[in-house]
Amino acid sequence: MRVNRGIQLDDYKGVMVVAEQRGGKISDVTFELLGEGRKLADQRKTTLEVVLLGYHIDHLAKELSFCGPDKVIYCEHELLERYSTNGYRKVLKDLVLSTQPEIVLVGATTLGRDYAPRLAASLGTGLTADCTGLDIDEEDGKLLQTRPAFGGNLMAVIVCPRNRPQISTVRPGVMAKCAHTSIACPISIVKPELAFEEIIAQVLEVVKDGRKRVSLTDAEIIVSGGRGVGGPEGFRLIEELAETLNGEVGASRAAAESGWIDLSHQVGQTGTTVRPKLYIACGISGAIQHLAGMGESECIVAINTNANAPIFDIAHYKIVGDLFKIIPEIIETLKRQD
Amino acid sequence: MKIIVCIKQVPDTNDVKIDPVTGTLIRQGVPSIINPDDLNALEQALRLKDSHKDVHVTVLCMGPPQADVAIRQAYAMGADKAILLSDRVFAGSDTWATATILAAAIRRIGDFDIIFCGRQAIDGDTAQVGPEIAEFLDIPQITYVRDLVIKGSTVRAERMVEDGHMVIEAPMPVLLTAIKELNKPRYPRMQLIYKAYSPEADIVAWNNGDIDADLTQIGVKNSPTNVKKSFVPVKEKHCIELTGTSRAIATGLVDELKKLHII
Ligand SMILES: Cc1cc2nc3c(=O)[nH]c(=O)nc-3n(C[C@H](O)[C@H](O)[C@H](O)COP(=O)(O)OP(=O)(O)OC[C@H]3O[C@@H](n4cnc5c(N)ncnc54)[C@H](O)[C@@H]3O)c2cc1C
Ligand SMILES: Nc1ncnc2c1ncn2[C@@H]1O[C@H](COP(=O)(O)O)[C@@H](O)[C@H]1O
Repeated sequence: MRVNRGIQLDDYKGVMVVAEQRGGKISDVTFELLGEGRKLADQRKTTLEVVLLGYHIDHLAKELSFCGPDKVIYCEHELLERYSTNGYRKVLKDLVLSTQPEIVLVGATTLGRDYAPRLAASLGTGLTADCTGLDIDEEDGKLLQTRPAFGGNLMAVIVCPRNRPQISTVRPGVMAKCAHTSIACPISIVKPELAFEEIIAQVLEVVKDGRKRVSLTDAEIIVSGGRGVGGPEGFRLIEELAETLNGEVGASRAAAESGWIDLSHQVGQTGTTVRPKLYIACGISGAIQHLAGMGESECIVAINTNANAPIFDIAHYKIVGDLFKIIPEIIETLKRQD
Repeated sequence: MKIIVCIKQVPDTNDVKIDPVTGTLIRQGVPSIINPDDLNALEQALRLKDSHKDVHVTVLCMGPPQADVAIRQAYAMGADKAILLSDRVFAGSDTWATATILAAAIRRIGDFDIIFCGRQAIDGDTAQVGPEIAEFLDIPQITYVRDLVIKGSTVRAERMVEDGHMVIEAPMPVLLTAIKELNKPRYPRMQLIYKAYSPEADIVAWNNGDIDADLTQIGVKNSPTNVKKSFVPVKEKHCIELTGTSRAIATGLVDELKKLHII
């Protein structure tokens, strides 16, 4: 496929959201895409459709029909029971070619970021990765896709002016979720054409890691420790504060890579992106790769012995001091108040 | 087995500074490095070379002439051949255009069993170039690879997902993207560093005359996506410093968080 074929831009209408489901559950990012998709569709005075791929998941199609789209397109096929790059690419490509949406939104998850580039490449259009803001240009109606670069120190607004659809992958945990409706929209069931030979890279097994999954993305309160915590014993203090506040434990890469806590706790550019109500950074210097993953937190408290640590540039509450002296006092105070 | 590793030279984001007035990157004095994930891709290719017979590793890098440092470093780590793709017509390419150019170069190289990329480059963080190359070459892909075994002409990989992993098997030729969990990259070898800068080294520079990428699909003008503007995020900030004894700080903080209804 090629880009810049001089296509008629007006031939493409409507917003299409690709739902993500894993193991019989709709991923949260889908509801966020539907919230954002509704906003864009209203701005463009057009329709919002959501596509669901899978097998024997009528109940999920029904669930989506109460999430505000104008239509649910349920692509049902045995070979879609499990995720595969080529399965998703093929079915979505055929659907986009026949329905010609103007905008396609995909979750920027490990699955979305796997198939979306192939989908865009096979359609001959651009793709903007990991967007944190979407809007419509009031002047020309084009999609304005805002995304962070260089670990969030720089934001770029990307457009796809000459090719359609305009496709974005959207960072989970950033957009507001859709409102639920009491009336369902229509569901149309599509039986896509897909053959076993077309899958090529076969998923043999899907394994959930045994350890307790840290749900940092959903946590409202996160207490995070860095190199300043000093070692695994220091993390007990971090855990205790997190527990007292009913929150989760996060970590900087320096702490996670030292093995003081499991890597799954890492927050930042290469870790998880979080946006809690409260983020308490303890002994974390605030490298840009760390800030990239937590800078959007609603309230940031930083405890650091170094008054010039960059973490203080984004903190709402600055505490210059030794975490080993201050955290026990905070825990005390909280317990006394209960 | 023929392996091609795509590496990108990027500014070291540990040192990246943004000009607050112009909103552009201050490149002056910022050291360039090989993109971290790409080192994991190269390391894995070199490990296959260490453990299997007749493995040949070619490193491919598109970038300005100064990316020469990157390909010589890759050579000094143990690659057999390194190619620098440099041409004015490549400048300003987005991921589509970059993948178009790299795919054209790979076709020119011809024979390959595995193409290795990093998961993503730290300057743009898109993770799109690898899968787009795979699409243009019409071969299967496995992304986010954290473990890997070769069995005859198939690759079996553990592919990371948010809450675990998938085991995926694909026939060669295949494109793989590496994550940091895959391995720990080796250092360049002293002897090979000397060799990398001697005429003996199989290191070449190609321009578009050598690979014949479609000029209507590359460069800043033909890239499907454009940067409309870039800016430094401004965060209005009200920072309150809590001071005094540890006890005073703790009660002050708890009071503040209560006022905000966070706790
Ligand atoms: C490509 C790339 C990706 C990266 N991705 C990530 C990522 O996802 N997440 C991430 O976090 N990092 C990431 N990093 C690493 C990042 O650059 C930093 O190295 C890391 O965040 C530093 O962790 P730290 O703040 O815990 O350690 P340090 O920078 O060493 O800071 C420790 C801080 O603790 C303070 N301190 C020491 N003792 C005490 C005490 N008793 N009480 C209070 N304060 C104390 C010190 O003053 C200091 O500020 C990445 C780097 C690269 C190159
Ligand atoms: N200019 C380039 N030259 C060689 N390889 C590249 C280039 N740009 C991207 N890549 C490869 O594609 C991967 C993903 O890059 P990106 O899509 O930019 O995040 C990188 O880790 C590299 O392996």
